[in-house]
Amino acid sequence: MSKPKSNNAKTISVALTLCLVCSVLVSAVAVGLKPAQIENARLDRNKNILVAAGMYNAESDTASDVAERFKDFDVEIIDLNTGDYLDDDALKAAGIPDRNAYDASQATKNQALSEDLGDNDPAGIGRKPKYAKVYVKSDDAGNPELVVLPIQGYGLWGTIYGFLTLESDMNTIKGISFYEHKETPGLGARIEEPEWRAQWSGIQSYDEDGNVATGVTKAGTPKDNWVDGISGATLTGRGVSNMIQFWLGEQGYKPYLDKLRQDSGQTIDNADTQASQATLTAEPNTELAAPVANGKEA
Amino acid sequence: MADTKSILTTPIFDNNPIALQILGICSALAVTTSMANAMVMCVALTLVTAFSSFFISIIRKQIPSSIRIIVQMTIIASLVILVDQVLKAVAYDVSKGLSVFVGLIITNCIVMGRAEAFAMSNPPVPSFLDGIGNGLGYSAVLLFVATIRELLGAGTWFGITILQPVTDGGWYIPNGLLLLPPSAFFIIGLFIAIVRIWKPEQVEDAEFVMKPQSKGMVHGGGH
Repeated sequence: MSKPKSNNAKTISVALTLCLVCSVLVSAVAVGLKPAQIENARLDRNKNILVAAGMYNAESDTASDVAERFKDFDVEIIDLNTGDYLDDDALKAAGIPDRNAYDASQATKNQALSEDLGDNDPAGIGRKPKYAKVYVKSDDAGNPELVVLPIQGYGLWGTIYGFLTLESDMNTIKGISFYEHKETPGLGARIEEPEWRAQWSGIQSYDEDGNVATGVTKAGTPKDNWVDGISGATLTGRGVSNMIQFWLGEQGYKPYLDKLRQDSGQTIDNADTQASQATLTAEPNTELAAPVANGKEA
Repeated sequence: MADTKSILTTPIFDNNPIALQILGICSALAVTTSMANAMVMCVALTLVTAFSSFFISIIRKQIPSSIRIIVQMTIIASLVILVDQVLKAVAYDVSKGLSVFVGLIITNCIVMGRAEAFAMSNPPVPSFLDGIGNGLGYSAVLLFVATIRELLGAGTWFGITILQPVTDGGWYIPNGLLLLPPSAFFIIGLFIAIVRIWKPEQVEDAEFVMKPQSKGMVHGGGH
């Protein structure tokens, strides 16, 4: 240390050189590893689709099991406002070249593919995509057996992304999973734990009038068909509640689910089926699973 | 370098960064619920400490003392981002499990502590070894804590069932407390106590000595 070190020109040049070297290095690695990271994120999403559909065993399943079982699902793009499927021509017309590559949360950044929610935005997502990607597993007869719906909404610290699976009656929840969130570890982040998610299985999401009738209640105040929240994570619970109510509601997948129900001759809402109200109110939870005779639709 | 071996081994028990210097406790509490997470954290921290000490030592004569902390921080932060990016590309599940704690290696006092205390005044190779040694010292504590927590908290070790829990038809009732952060405090305390019984020279001198109680105190006062 012969020379004094505190010389302004030298200080600045050392700082600049260091910043340059570090930033080149960091960006090179980030860009170089990007494809592998995107692929990992995609596999993780597919895994979470299977988790939400109750088709994943964390202890024994490998990546190839996930890939194999994921083939059971058809990837469909739906118009959220009408609830219709988009075929390949309609997709091209809508500006979506590849259905597998379509990402609804990316689409919210595109003016043409999304609409502003304004004040009517309970899930806190700002813009709603016009088209959504859903994953449908059909039974041998070709009727939808499981429908996996992507959901997202604002929690406490950031947007929570997940999947919600409905059974063939488009009312009973099969399962739920979350694959990305910024909630507090140990509190809100516990929404990821299997024990908490298990509460959602078997829940009837709509009441007889077709309104969303589920959500997350405050811990320790049980409500029929509502899920017990996590103590110390009230705001995360509220976020999950809002996002489920939003996505199952009129602005979300309800038009699509109503259509699916109509196609298979099922109904949950008694708005136009007064005749079946007696049975529905007597045993709402068991009756809903079975197709109810509907004069109008039959 | 006659003392190459001692640079590498003293931080493990004789001058352990967690047990003696009491640095880097926060990640030791957070990632020790399972051996797999603890192991990845150990490897990540050891690599970051070793390489940051190495690079800082190479340019130690060029670093102006007025900005040396920022320079150290920049090098450490760049290395941590590298580790984080590589984990996301190679071991996605582990990287999700460690969540923010990989990023928090930047603020781990062990890394900065070694850079400032050793690498700034020693040549690159000993600095690198010092980083490895301190990483191993950190790892020794982390793996000790994680072994106890995973074994008694979940009945497993590296995910392999050792104590069959009651829920799977076994006999062991997992102790949930061990999966919560406070238990790591108890176990680290236990580790420090064991090391100090084994090496009494680490016991610190008392900061003050209590005076024996005077007679007046015993009888005086009252209720």
